[in-house]
Amino acid sequence: MDDIILKIENVSKIYKLGQIGGTTLREEFQRWGAKMRGKEDPTRKIGAVQYSKGETFLALDNVSFEVKKGERVGIIGHNGAGKSTLLKLISRITAPSTGMIGLNGRIASMLEVGTGFHRELTGRENIYMNGAILGMTKKEIDSKIEDIIEFSELRQFIDTPVKRYSSGMYVKLAFSVAAHLDSEIMIMDEVLAVGDMAFQKKCLDKMNEVSRTRGNTILYVSHNMSTIRELCDRVIVLEHGKVTFNGGVEEGIETYLKASFQNELAIDYTNIPREKHRWTSKLKTAYTAFADEKNIFDAHEQLRILIKWVNEEDVSDLCLRIEFRTQDERTIGTSFLYDFYSGKKDEQGEICVSLDLGSFAPGRYRTKYTFFNKGAHGRIFDAEVVQGLSFRVMSDGEIQWDSKHWGNILLPELRQSSPEGDRT
Amino acid sequence: MQEQNIKSGSFKTVISSEHHLFDLHIRETFQYRDLIFLFVKRDFNAKYKQTILGPLWAIIQPLLTTVVFTVIFGNLAKLTTADVPEEHIMPGFLFYMAGNICWSYFSSTLQATSDTFIVNRFTMGKVYYPRLAAPISTAFSNLISYGIQLAMFMAFWMISFFKDGADISVTPAMALLPLLVVQMMMLAVGFGIIISSVTTKYRDLAMLVGFGLQLWHYGCPVAYGLQLVPEKWMSLYMLNPMSSIITTFRYAAFGFGYFNLGYYLISWGVTLLVFFTGLVMFSRIERTFMDTI
Repeated sequence: MDDIILKIENVSKIYKLGQIGGTTLREEFQRWGAKMRGKEDPTRKIGAVQYSKGETFLALDNVSFEVKKGERVGIIGHNGAGKSTLLKLISRITAPSTGMIGLNGRIASMLEVGTGFHRELTGRENIYMNGAILGMTKKEIDSKIEDIIEFSELRQFIDTPVKRYSSGMYVKLAFSVAAHLDSEIMIMDEVLAVGDMAFQKKCLDKMNEVSRTRGNTILYVSHNMSTIRELCDRVIVLEHGKVTFNGGVEEGIETYLKASFQNELAIDYTNIPREKHRWTSKLKTAYTAFADEKNIFDAHEQLRILIKWVNEEDVSDLCLRIEFRTQDERTIGTSFLYDFYSGKKDEQGEICVSLDLGSFAPGRYRTKYTFFNKGAHGRIFDAEVVQGLSFRVMSDGEIQWDSKHWGNILLPELRQSSPEGDRT
Repeated sequence: MQEQNIKSGSFKTVISSEHHLFDLHIRETFQYRDLIFLFVKRDFNAKYKQTILGPLWAIIQPLLTTVVFTVIFGNLAKLTTADVPEEHIMPGFLFYMAGNICWSYFSSTLQATSDTFIVNRFTMGKVYYPRLAAPISTAFSNLISYGIQLAMFMAFWMISFFKDGADISVTPAMALLPLLVVQMMMLAVGFGIIISSVTTKYRDLAMLVGFGLQLWHYGCPVAYGLQLVPEKWMSLYMLNPMSSIITTFRYAAFGFGYFNLGYYLISWGVTLLVFFTGLVMFSRIERTFMDTI
């Protein structure tokens, strides 16, 4: 049994809701005082669902699985399914509420690249810093530094402070360190989502090679099914904190995609825990629904979506875009609505948008809503991003649509034309 | 059977929901000494990057403070600079400088370690390393500044020794100096990590740190000699471990002054108590602080 390198046993993680995070003693007293007088909690965020004290959220629910040495396991699941929580527990960022995790060997987690980079230090110094934080000793880094510098394609800037780097260079340097880690277990959470494509490919190949030649174990979390296919030889699907599938890659992806077509006609966002973002969102989406109360449409129909939100601060000239994606998260197109709303803080907003589905090929689609503002020079500033509703466009029955070869957009029909050109 | 697998010790690392009070990760922290060294180097480099005087800044601050103390407290307010009834000439300038550099090491280390979790939450939220590495490296990087200050102190000490006819002399008590440095480190880190453990939930305490240190400063014989403290308050006064540390430091450096073994041992008792309380609290909080910070 000694080839099992990671074993997760009945692990659960419970988060307390209601009063998470940086409370001050004063707020605690206010809350307590208000409760004594039977009044509403003054520190509660307006529009937030009120959780009574002691109410909890089960992020991981009795998860157990094993990983053998040299396996490359993909972990897939929807937002909020517990993937990131699982990785945080394995990489010891926070402790499980119940259960045990056994590990053999060193873990290198890359929940975000470039952890511990310091702007004032040079590229070379940061390689040492980053490597040490990720668990390498100085000796190991010494033996690899030349490879890392070579791999990063940044040799001429390596003794320049990273504060003078462009963001692309920064990411390259960080990836290079990450790709050269050779801990027994490597944990990656969509680290490859940024950076230029060619360099991403280079990193993937490098990690593939490392894991094959040295037998390192990889745990990889991603929404990108094609990287999962390329990198992993086993998949674990998480659904609402539980393992719903554990086995072959293709089968797993299929299970995930099937489950991911939600038959929801409406989403109430107030119940969905948000991931913390570095930027503050100007507004919070509260609710969305199909105005026609159905999620299956014919191509000649209109898609009509209702969205409600609450302003976190004053907003003006708000714009909305809806990105349409296929089931495996490829964006096929985006539709915009400009400058449709201005409002004050704490006000609630509501809009109903419609779109002709004529150019959608038959199939299932997901959406992503992004509220944004336009800036100077065509720049945009995203104010709020949420996963939207999923829907299905029915085939008109004339032909069987082959999206693998034809794509997902139905372009305008070809017309018969005379070689001299139309004169209509 | 599977249950026994994790518990039977076939895994090198076990992450469990249970926590033992004395799981302090000391050995693991030692294994990450390269990281601690790099943290120290980073702090030191980052501190003095883009300054002209560089590490010279480490001596400018205590030097000026000492000058001010000498002029105001020594000459104008005529505060005593003696820890015992005077039989030797106590060089006022050296007296104040000894107090200042010790106090500035202690207070800056305490202040810097008291927000360990908050300052490092971005790296700590992304990757695991022994959390204790952060406050320890802070203590060491402050030690570099302290070392520079100590060198300055020694320079002035030499000048007094050879020129001024002050009574300072080299005695075996000087061997106490390294011990005092270790004690200050433990005391500052101990208080710092206690505060940082508590402030993951209530940030209020962080506000109090600066102010509290200022008050504490008055309670230590930095700007005045021990002679100023009334006899009946003496035992209470010496419960403050920094009082003992500073007077013992002067005793060790000058070869005369106040030294009471009883009080000195008490200060070690307090130091060890604070340090281990800090370690226990810190290792308890570090497991889940990311959920609340």
